[in-house]
Amino acid sequence: MTINELKDVASQVRRDIIRMVHGCQSGHPGGSLGATDIVTALYFDQMQIDPKHFKMDGAGEDMFFLSNGHISPMLYSILARRGYFPVAELATFRRLGTRLQGHPTPVEGLPGIRMASGSLGQGLSVAIGAAQAKKLSGDNHLVFCLMGDGEQEEGQIWEAAMYAPAKNVDNLVAIIDYNKKQIDGSTDDVMSLGNLRAKYEAFGWKVYECDGNDMQEIVDNLNEARENAHQGFAQIILAHTEMGMGVDFMMGTHKWHGTPPNDEQAASALSQLKETLGDY
Amino acid sequence: MKIEVQNFKDTRSGFGDGLLEAGKRNPKVVGLTADLTGSLKMGDFAKEFPERFFQVGIAEANMIGIAAGLANGGFIPFTGTFANFSSARIYDQIRMVVSYSNKNVKIAASHAGVTLGEDGATHQTLEDIGMMKMLPNMTVLVPCDYNQTKAATIAAAEHNGPVYLRFGRPKVANFTPADEPFVIGKAQMIQEGKDVSIFACGHLVWKAIEALPILKEMGINAELINIHTIKPLDVEAVLKSVAKTGCVVTAEEHMRNGGLGDSIAQVLALNNPRPLEMVAVNDVFGQSGTPDELLKHYHLDTPDIVEAVKKVIARK
Repeated sequence: MTINELKDVASQVRRDIIRMVHGCQSGHPGGSLGATDIVTALYFDQMQIDPKHFKMDGAGEDMFFLSNGHISPMLYSILARRGYFPVAELATFRRLGTRLQGHPTPVEGLPGIRMASGSLGQGLSVAIGAAQAKKLSGDNHLVFCLMGDGEQEEGQIWEAAMYAPAKNVDNLVAIIDYNKKQIDGSTDDVMSLGNLRAKYEAFGWKVYECDGNDMQEIVDNLNEARENAHQGFAQIILAHTEMGMGVDFMMGTHKWHGTPPNDEQAASALSQLKETLGDY
Repeated sequence: MKIEVQNFKDTRSGFGDGLLEAGKRNPKVVGLTADLTGSLKMGDFAKEFPERFFQVGIAEANMIGIAAGLANGGFIPFTGTFANFSSARIYDQIRMVVSYSNKNVKIAASHAGVTLGEDGATHQTLEDIGMMKMLPNMTVLVPCDYNQTKAATIAAAEHNGPVYLRFGRPKVANFTPADEPFVIGKAQMIQEGKDVSIFACGHLVWKAIEALPILKEMGINAELINIHTIKPLDVEAVLKSVAKTGCVVTAEEHMRNGGLGDSIAQVLALNNPRPLEMVAVNDVFGQSGTPDELLKHYHLDTPDIVEAVKKVIARK
């Protein structure tokens, strides 16, 4: 896809996010909006996948794991827009009986979801396991994992961060949605992440950095990481993002981490986001 | 069942040998350990299948996540560490990516209970059966000797779904037939009787067997059933036995809260309320000592089973 086409998809995804969270008056719009460009690039440009024939084991295709499961509206919208399931189903988000649970789960049968996430800090371990499975199976496809920056405070992340370089997990690309915010405030105030780049480098990762809301930079970084796969080292992209990106009043604050917009706010947000693929 | 002690072996060796056998039968079987290859007797598997063995280091949470990812990719991972670090330490990880996500991960939990011995309470988990049986999708196995642990390991590999496999450290009597297949969810009749039903699991099955001749001398004809599968519980076997005997003793190397006795109590209360005595640890932590000393100290020994039988029969 061209950069402009990817931007159009991302705009529609952002509309979906606002409408889903507004519709059920629940969910996490801020982080979802911020991570939209990264995951749009993965699913619409980068990953080799077969949405119409979803396979749980992901054999013969690239795989994606979302570690910070609370930004599920973003993932659900992208999966639906990519053809994993009907876009109309987005209207069921967080409602009783839905396959679109508050946090993603594979047990309700939603195509595209392979592992539950939401309890933070676990996705990188799972992605490493999936990557090891690919190696054992002789499958050269890649595994991608998106993490939040707040969840870097979880100890398990650093168990996994130590493992991947030590065991040469080179068919994995980790990405951090580095928006510098979490529920209680800025990461600097809550628990400074310090020099995240230096930390991962010290653990032995090859580290990339990009503007996680600049589609061209995202695609360039992912292209480079894919070219450098299978060379004996683990790779991670620090994607600097803006929580709430695309909606002016949701940017520059952590207040929209887990708060839905009211009718007026939703209308204002949607007026800022171009409808490109048709609302669900 | 004919009870014949073939030798004295540790149940963890049954796991190690069972894992090797399961690995030979199915190339999808893989092993992971958190720095306890030797303690879990996984060395032979690691040597035979080095490419299918993952040394994760002392990082149990990461190990469970990696296992879930491997299982998602079609493999059958066995994680190996001590029971306490296979349960309490990583309960949320097991809950989300194994049990809730329903991934085909086998959690091999060694050194369970007080018979871990001298290391003391920090390592002597007495709560793991309770934690694991509360998780939907989870199968909980507590085999009684070397042969049965080996068979249970092979059965766990063949079963599709999460399994918690609990076994121990010390050498104990190995008495179940070597060629007996392990049927998950099917209780094992050790001795038929009519005066009392003894339901035991793990190391305490042998302690209950030792109690049988003592009871016989006292004129008590006890029925002994090995509940090697805590979940799914063989409710039919339990009720059938109780209908005959009218009273129950449970015996386990676990906390009374949440253990086998608690599961049996639920079945009785809901279906056929009968007197029940529980041989179990009652709301205290363990401590250092030899396995035999600890079994005696925490009233998990043969005389304690005899006393419980006398008490429950008096309550009939």
